[in-house]
Amino acid sequence: MSDHDVIIIGAGSVGSPTAFFLAEAGKKVLVIESLKGAGQGQNKAAIGGTRATHSDPAKIQICLASLDVFSNWKEKTGTDIGWKKGGYCFPVYRENEQTILKGILPIQKRAGLTIDWVEPERVKEVVPGINPEGLLGGTYSPHDGQVSPLMASESFYVEAKKLGAEFKYNETVTGLVMDGNSIKAVKTDKGEYTADIVLNAAGGKATAICKMAGVEIPVIPDSHEAGISAPVEPFLDPLVVDLRPGPDGKTANFYFGQNHEGQIIFCYTPSELFKGENRMCTSEFMPVIARRLVTLIPRFKNLTIRRLWRGLYPMTPDGVAVVGKAPGVDNFYLGIGMCGQGFMMGPGVAQNLASLIINGKPVLDDDVFALLSPERGFYSGKKEALK
Amino acid sequence: MSEARIDIHPILGEKETEGTVEFNFNGEPMKAMPGEMISTALFANGVRVFGHHHRDGAAQGMFCANGQCSQCLVLADGVPVKSCIVPVKPGMDVRSMEGLPKLKADDSLSGYPERPEVVDTQVLIIGGGPAGLMAAVELAEAGVDCLICDDKQVLGGKLSLQTHNFFGSVKECFAGSRGMDIGINLEKQVYEMVKVTVWTDAPVVGVFDDGLAGVVKEGTYTLVKPERILVTAGAREKTLAFPGADIPGVYGAGAFQTLVNRDLVRPSEKLFIIGGGNVGLIAAYHALQAGIDVVGLVEALPQCGGYKVHEDKIRRLGVPVWTSHTVLRIEGEEKIERIIICEIDNKFQPVPGTEAEFFADTVLVAVGLSPVDELFHEAKKANIPVYSAGDAQEIAEASAAMFSGRITGRKILAEMGMESEIPEKWYEMIDMLRARPGPNAGFYPPPEGEQVYPVIRCEQEIPCNPCIDSCSKGAVTIPEGNILGRPKLDGECIGCMKCVAICPGLAISLVDKRYDKDGINAKVTVPWELPEGTVEVGQEVTTTGFEGEVIGRGKILRFVSGEWLNMRMLMQLEVPMEDCDKVAGIRIREPLGKEAATSVRACDDGEVVVCRCERVTKADIVKYIQDSDCRDFNTLKAALRTGMGPCGGKTCTNLIWGIFRQLGVDFGDIEPHLERPFTQEVPLKSFLGGDDE
Repeated sequence: MSDHDVIIIGAGSVGSPTAFFLAEAGKKVLVIESLKGAGQGQNKAAIGGTRATHSDPAKIQICLASLDVFSNWKEKTGTDIGWKKGGYCFPVYRENEQTILKGILPIQKRAGLTIDWVEPERVKEVVPGINPEGLLGGTYSPHDGQVSPLMASESFYVEAKKLGAEFKYNETVTGLVMDGNSIKAVKTDKGEYTADIVLNAAGGKATAICKMAGVEIPVIPDSHEAGISAPVEPFLDPLVVDLRPGPDGKTANFYFGQNHEGQIIFCYTPSELFKGENRMCTSEFMPVIARRLVTLIPRFKNLTIRRLWRGLYPMTPDGVAVVGKAPGVDNFYLGIGMCGQGFMMGPGVAQNLASLIINGKPVLDDDVFALLSPERGFYSGKKEALK
Repeated sequence: MSEARIDIHPILGEKETEGTVEFNFNGEPMKAMPGEMISTALFANGVRVFGHHHRDGAAQGMFCANGQCSQCLVLADGVPVKSCIVPVKPGMDVRSMEGLPKLKADDSLSGYPERPEVVDTQVLIIGGGPAGLMAAVELAEAGVDCLICDDKQVLGGKLSLQTHNFFGSVKECFAGSRGMDIGINLEKQVYEMVKVTVWTDAPVVGVFDDGLAGVVKEGTYTLVKPERILVTAGAREKTLAFPGADIPGVYGAGAFQTLVNRDLVRPSEKLFIIGGGNVGLIAAYHALQAGIDVVGLVEALPQCGGYKVHEDKIRRLGVPVWTSHTVLRIEGEEKIERIIICEIDNKFQPVPGTEAEFFADTVLVAVGLSPVDELFHEAKKANIPVYSAGDAQEIAEASAAMFSGRITGRKILAEMGMESEIPEKWYEMIDMLRARPGPNAGFYPPPEGEQVYPVIRCEQEIPCNPCIDSCSKGAVTIPEGNILGRPKLDGECIGCMKCVAICPGLAISLVDKRYDKDGINAKVTVPWELPEGTVEVGQEVTTTGFEGEVIGRGKILRFVSGEWLNMRMLMQLEVPMEDCDKVAGIRIREPLGKEAATSVRACDDGEVVVCRCERVTKADIVKYIQDSDCRDFNTLKAALRTGMGPCGGKTCTNLIWGIFRQLGVDFGDIEPHLERPFTQEVPLKSFLGGDDE
């Protein structure tokens, strides 16, 4: 007899919502987290954009499920998680981006996403103050939105706990006790626990946990910097993504939005990725992104910048998350390698993992879910059209 | 000028001004002094509420006066600014900050420089106060390039607010001089050194992974690439959380000193002070010097922690000091309506039935300082060799800060492989300067049978010796042989009054029995530093002993002043012969007794605002810690937003540690608040080459 039905390693973007759905289905869940609270790893570094606007059908459907969870959460639990249904807007100034974005519209629509190409006038309406010079239009997906990663992870934890899930913080997994092809127990620096099923949701530390069960999944973190302003009166609904590389040579693209507090939150994808786990900010980030922000929306020049940080993107070689049953181990599941989108994918991934564990099959269609399979070839060379 | 300006200060004299600047506040025309901060101008015009919080509409006003907290936000020409660090411009349209500001819809676009300038230096000194300036002198004399960055307009740090004579050693740290004069001299000295570059109005806001420091130099973000960093950023004021502590009018003693001593504004008519350390005691005295009435001072401990001489000098003037007392609550919304104090027991719990009420328009909180050391930690993380000195290293008096700056300067030289010697006695000196005041050991009694002599009421071991050097006859000595000892007269006194004029503790009076041939009266000379007109020659006054006890009556004979007296005036009194050894001062106010307070509501944690930026109460925090078994400042942040506001936890972090302690949580289990850049909010314009207007 095991102590628990499921042990989840990690109380982050994936672990906490999965604990919630499993507990909701009556499972006895234990979550083990090395940090001192929920969402204290990379979850809190997310800027909170939640979009189903992707090019990969599996990601679109997973994120539609996430959006469903986020947008109904307050109604369901009574807790505000900072949900703001402001949509996503990708303004376009060049042929290149126009071709890419228009090209993926059919896939997106087929997967159930509400999105369309809009003319410059509409872009100017949804993004007040946007630089009109050379604006060709853009895509707009009104059902996407934003959530506070801080409030959401806190709420997943609280609600899961209410349903009987147990959380052990400040406790580090040190080994998995194997019995042939299955995990018999999870060893930590404080004790040993047994469960029928073990779920690896350890984010940046996922590869090390896999190794403990003899599973090789390459998840290597790189990092992105982000920042946030002091709040101003709400004026900007959508999260805005500018896919153009910056004139600075430093940025591949950049994005920003106004959160539920009224703060402008912003981030860029560096042209050259910083590999590794260093989370200290660089002197370069703010001067570079300030120019990009103001060039796109000149009125941002009167913002006040409050804080900067740097978070990790646990990357897989093909840039796609790893969700499903681990190869070669009977009772080991993975929800890892979220590639920087763990927060927006979290609840959708969690629902699928919970269903897989309880019913033996995911919520998504099998062929779509297979795109995330831990058994796929990670080095196929396929690249997402829209990351 | 308006009544809220101090036209002539007894120490600072008259403010030199060139005309006035006109601006508007909420549409009403007002006048400011050229170059003064918006907050100062508002105070001078009687405005003390600067806006209302966007969360709950709570009135906001001055709190830190130091650019750190954002409680003083206003809209200046449509842009939110911290009014305490932004000067008034002619014609400026200033509006109170009501809720969240609207982002100004200015869609003009101009060319921006590619990237910030990068400046190399051998040693970046963060903070040009006593420690930083002394370190700069040591480094520059040895030929090391240093760059001093200070967030204020002038160097000297808090020395510029110190209008009193300094304690310490005359030779080593300018004791007997006024802090502000020491600051001016040091500033002059470093400006003359070619190896020192000085940036004022240049807060350092971050130290980054790539080894660069970000500085907002006169509004433009500039990067500095230092070989080493010395953090001499001083200290910030701790605060208290109790019902009403967030009402405008309750703020730090340092903020008050800034308004009064730097800006010559009278921000209050009646003042109450919490905290009997040196900062609180000196603030009370500075208030009296600015013509502000001080209703009382409470100290939670059974004894004031500051120098006894500082306590005694306010007691003499008639300010009551209540030890083992605290402020229970302050009532009011837009302004203070009533202050309720009570006795506390040895576990710091209120004693029921001891509540007493007072009225004052301003309450100063002076409950200690904490080091400004976040950039030290950031530099460590970035693997830059980093040092700290002064209050940023260890909270002590400015004299100790100067010394620690010198020592650290030489330490840096040694680590740079340069020849540098730190005399052993410097370490002894800094230990003495940092020493807590000793117990009250009584003073050496005045000599018997003499006609003219000083009464030196130096009762505590404190590091100080200016009286020794001041004596014309070299007759004042310290038998213990070091500056901590108590001085005594050992020789002839000719009545030159120099010791009376110089003693930083105002602890010396001069008795002259030759004054009255009949032997009925004597003449006593005491220090006098209050505004002209407080008392007049010929006036009959109540004389007080050293600790403020009433001795009897006396008559003011004259005031003595002169260059040699270091701006300190002396007062000569005629007193009955039998009182002459006892009289140390006069009363200027009758101390109020405690008046029992009626209908005092019980204190509720839900009224106690702990995180001022996000308006989080103690009740919220206690409940969360208990319900979630929280051991992490960062989860508290995520759940309640404590520390997520503009100040970044600078104000509430200490208070939350206190709540954890109250709840019996082991500090070793607690994950501290994660520090991130920027250490203060930065206008986005700074990153674009500054304000081009």
